[in-house]
Order: sequence, then structure tokens, then C-alpha cells
Amino acid sequence: MSSSDLLSVAPVLIISVWAILLLLLDLFIKNKGLTASLAAAGVAAALVVVIVRFGSDQVAFSGMIVADTFSDFLQIVILITALLGIAVAYDYLRRMNMERGEYYTLMLFTVAGMLLMSLAGDLILIFLAIELLSVPLYVLSGFARPEKGSEEAAMKYFILGAFSSAFLVYGIALIFGSTGTTNMAGVAASIAGNHANLTLLTIAIPMLLVGLGFKVAAVPFHMWTPDVYQGAPSAAVAFMSVGAKVAGFAALLRIFVSALPELSQTWGPVVVAISAATMIWGNVAAIAQSNIKRMLAYSSIAHAGYILMALAAAADPSVSEEAVSAALFYLFAYLFSNLGAWTVVLALERSEGRGLLIEDYAGLGRRRPALALAMAIFMLSLIGVPPTVGLIGKFLLFRVTIDAGLTGLAIVGVVTSLISAYFYLGVVIKMYMGTGEPESRSEGWLNRSAGLTALVTFLLGVLPGPILILARSSGFLTP
Amino acid sequence: MIPGVSMIHILILSGVLFTLGALGVLIRRNAIVMFMSIELMLNAANLAFVGFARSMGALSGQVFVFFVIAVAAAEVAIGLALIVAVYRNRGSIDVDMVSDLKG
Repeated sequence: MSSSDLLSVAPVLIISVWAILLLLLDLFIKNKGLTASLAAAGVAAALVVVIVRFGSDQVAFSGMIVADTFSDFLQIVILITALLGIAVAYDYLRRMNMERGEYYTLMLFTVAGMLLMSLAGDLILIFLAIELLSVPLYVLSGFARPEKGSEEAAMKYFILGAFSSAFLVYGIALIFGSTGTTNMAGVAASIAGNHANLTLLTIAIPMLLVGLGFKVAAVPFHMWTPDVYQGAPSAAVAFMSVGAKVAGFAALLRIFVSALPELSQTWGPVVVAISAATMIWGNVAAIAQSNIKRMLAYSSIAHAGYILMALAAAADPSVSEEAVSAALFYLFAYLFSNLGAWTVVLALERSEGRGLLIEDYAGLGRRRPALALAMAIFMLSLIGVPPTVGLIGKFLLFRVTIDAGLTGLAIVGVVTSLISAYFYLGVVIKMYMGTGEPESRSEGWLNRSAGLTALVTFLLGVLPGPILILARSSGFLTP
Repeated sequence: MIPGVSMIHILILSGVLFTLGALGVLIRRNAIVMFMSIELMLNAANLAFVGFARSMGALSGQVFVFFVIAVAAAEVAIGLALIVAVYRNRGSIDVDMVSDLKG
């Protein structure tokens, strides 16, 4: 271990050490706004470190850590998500009577797990990182305790999450048995050199897909998503709907593209099927929802399907780099559009679960024109309508899918995007055409977060250049 | 290794344990029993790790078992706390009774 090894995990170290310190400091802090600011300061420090070391590829800790531009890009996405997550949580926690300092500490631990997921170069580290991110998330889902819905969400999330990680760890055990290593470069080398036991690998691949498919909420492992999103505190959902998905895709892309490229004939078609099923079911089921949190839950399932298109395309080695960068760009776009939409949900939610029906958005266009405009931008971006970043993200995904020869899958993507316009535009129409007097919260950080995410969603739709270049340069996975 | 016990025996045992655990989660409705079944699945993976490590003469597989055990312990701490919280509020940990969220 050298000092440069430590530098490669510096963001994780900062976040985890800061989380432990904050757990103690919080005991002496009366004003929880200070805890939130301190947590945000830790995240910002980690973000600075990531940006400073961006672009220096490095394999550290004997292959356990792979810090390349791919992981740097994802770390930036995760840390921005965390900053916005803290910003929107403060006011929400206070007015819902659950202002407890642990919230921010738990969030920081989750962030450490997410960062490790993007840095992992070894399957065992993926397992440890997934647990480090999941276990605090189970608690965050139940944070509104003793509210029944929140407890139920936490228990469902916990049991299904632990169930799926058991599949993941068994899959890793089988890969270890087949190739004699859990290091991803080692696994790839062993398969390429014909030293691996293919029977064990064929059983292991579906198990990995179950374990990680659960994390990103892909059909048929999505059943927990609507219930957890509905029951858990909205601020926690806003954060985890982006963060957990980014981390899950970091692991999926890293494992399948860099460790198992030789077996793309085996996993490629399975991913195509999962992706198509996820897009179709996510979008169709969202139509029937009257609760905005459940609708956004199905929307998040559908978007997992779109990003899975990139993984399916990455099975073709000639376009895999392009596919990975399309996924990265989409995750960046999804961060702002989705977290923004949740910010608006947070502004309208009132105690005891009131203000969460799509009905309750009627008249928002007159009552809060700026907030309604922001929501309209998020909805358009989630559909993929110009001039928003969602369009560019979807365009990149569809193009790479067609380049990989998966035209059928791209058509499913386009058709389901059209279907999705129905329920996303439903909210917009309700806001502007409906009559009602919605009560909404106007709080500094909430407004700033909504404004910032709306601005980025719109600006990146007009000028996607810089992020596009950044995503392009991050598409290569260091073997 | 004990004479007469080969890698394939260990693998079969671990596969059977894993399947039993998975069936337990799917069939049983008591949250604690479901959770015990998950532990069984994790330990099936541990057994596979140790078996593979033994047959390959590689220590790393045995080290991974410690990681899995540590993670399982952390999950127990959180999981039992959640189940206790649900029981206090509802007086039942039957997962079919804990299903207000629907739509």
C-alpha cells in the first residue's frame, strides 16, 4: 500500500471518517441545520478531491480499487446527488417532526458505499459496498418511524434487499470457484485463457443479475420499488432513487463489461429481455397510479430499463465504450430530472401523507408559477422532449442500441417513451388546467434545489457539450 | 480434506442449503423465519467459498467468509431492530398483515 493508493480512495475515506466524526459531534449540536451543513461540507470536500484527481487512471490496493475516469464521473454524480439530497432533506425533516442528526450520518455512510461501488475492482468489494450502501438505506426508509407506512417500507426493503444480496454473494462464490479469483481483471483473464469452468459461470451470471437487478429496480425484481418509495420519507427517496441506481449501474457495467466480456453471448440476450420488460412494465404500470410517489417509482423502474439498453448494447465489444458513455450521460441527466421532480413532491407534501396525489397538483400553475414551471421541465425531461437533457440522453441510448444491432429493443424504447408521455403530461395538464388551491412549502434550500435542477435540466438540453465530452472520455473501463 | 468428501459433494450441499433458504423466503410469511432463511442462503455461499478455497488451496476464499459473516451480523442488527419496531406498532410480524402500501 502506498500513499497514491490512499489518494485513489480519498473521497471514500473523507466521507466515512467524516460520517463517524459527525455521529459524535451531532450529540453536542442542538441546531440540526448545523449538522446538515457539516455533512454537506464533507461531501463538498470529497467532490473537490474527485474533481482534482479527475483523469488520472490508477489501479490500487492490488486490483481491489480501480480509479479511472469511469469511476470519477460516477463519483461526481453520486456526490452531487448527496449534496442535493442534504439540501432538500433539512426542511422536510423539520416539518415532518423527524429532525434527528443521524439522518445525515446515515446518508454519508450510504454515500461511502456508493462511491466504493464505482471504484470496486473486485467482486468481494462490490458485495461489501452494496451492503454498506443498503444497510443505512434500510434505516433511512424507516426513518419516519413510528409511522406505519415507513416501517413497512423499511421491512420490505430490508427482506428483499437481503434476499437479493444473498443471490449476489452466491454468484460471486460460484465465479470464485470457476475462475479461482474474484478480481475482475483476473476473472476476465481466466475466461479468455480458457481456465474457467463455464458451467459454474453460466449459473453465476443470472445470480449476479438478480442481485444487481434488484438494486437498480429492473423487472422482475422491481416489486419492492413502489411500496418503498411510497412508504419511505420522501427526502430519503429523492436521494436513494438516484444514488442507489447510479451505484447499481456502476457495478453492473463494471462487472459485465470489464470482467465478463467474453461471455457477452450468454448475458447479452438476457439483458435485452430484462431491459425490454422493465421499460414496458414500468411505463404501463405508471399510467394507473394516482399517487405521485408511486408514479415516480414506476417511472424510476422504467428509466432503469432505458439505462439497461446501454448494458445490452455494451455486449457488442465494438460499441461497448460508446454504450458505457451513453449510460453515464443518461445517469447524469437522470440525476437532475428525477431529483428535481422529487424536490417538487417534497414542496407539496404535508404531514400524514397529504398532498401526495396527482389531484393535489391542480392549480399549481397559478399558485406557484415558478415551481410549476420547474415541474413541467422535469416531466418533459423524463419523457425526453426538447429542449431538455432527457432528449439528448435518450437519443444517445437509442443510437448506441441501434449501432449494436438491437433495433427491436430501440423500438421498444421509443414506443414506451411515447406511452410515458401520457402520465408525465398528465401532471403538467393537472398543474395548468386543473382548478384547485394546492398548499405548498416555500423554503430557501428547497426552492434553490428545485431551481438549480430545473436550470441544469434545461441548460444541458440546449448546451450538452461539456458533459457530453466528459461522458465520452469516461466510457473506457480500465481492465 | 476428509477422505471421500470431494468438492462436488460440498457444492451439492451448498446448493441444497441455498435452495432451501430461497424457498423459505418465498414460502414462509413470518418475517423472522424469512430472515433466518436469508441467513441460510448466506451461509450456503460461505460453504461454497470455503469448499472452493480448500480445493484450490487458495486462502482468499476463507477470508471472504469472514467478510460475509461480518455483513450478515450487521444485517441482523438492523433487521431485528426493524422487525421489533414493526411488531411494537402492529402486534404482528406476518408479512401478509404488514401490507398497507398498495396501488
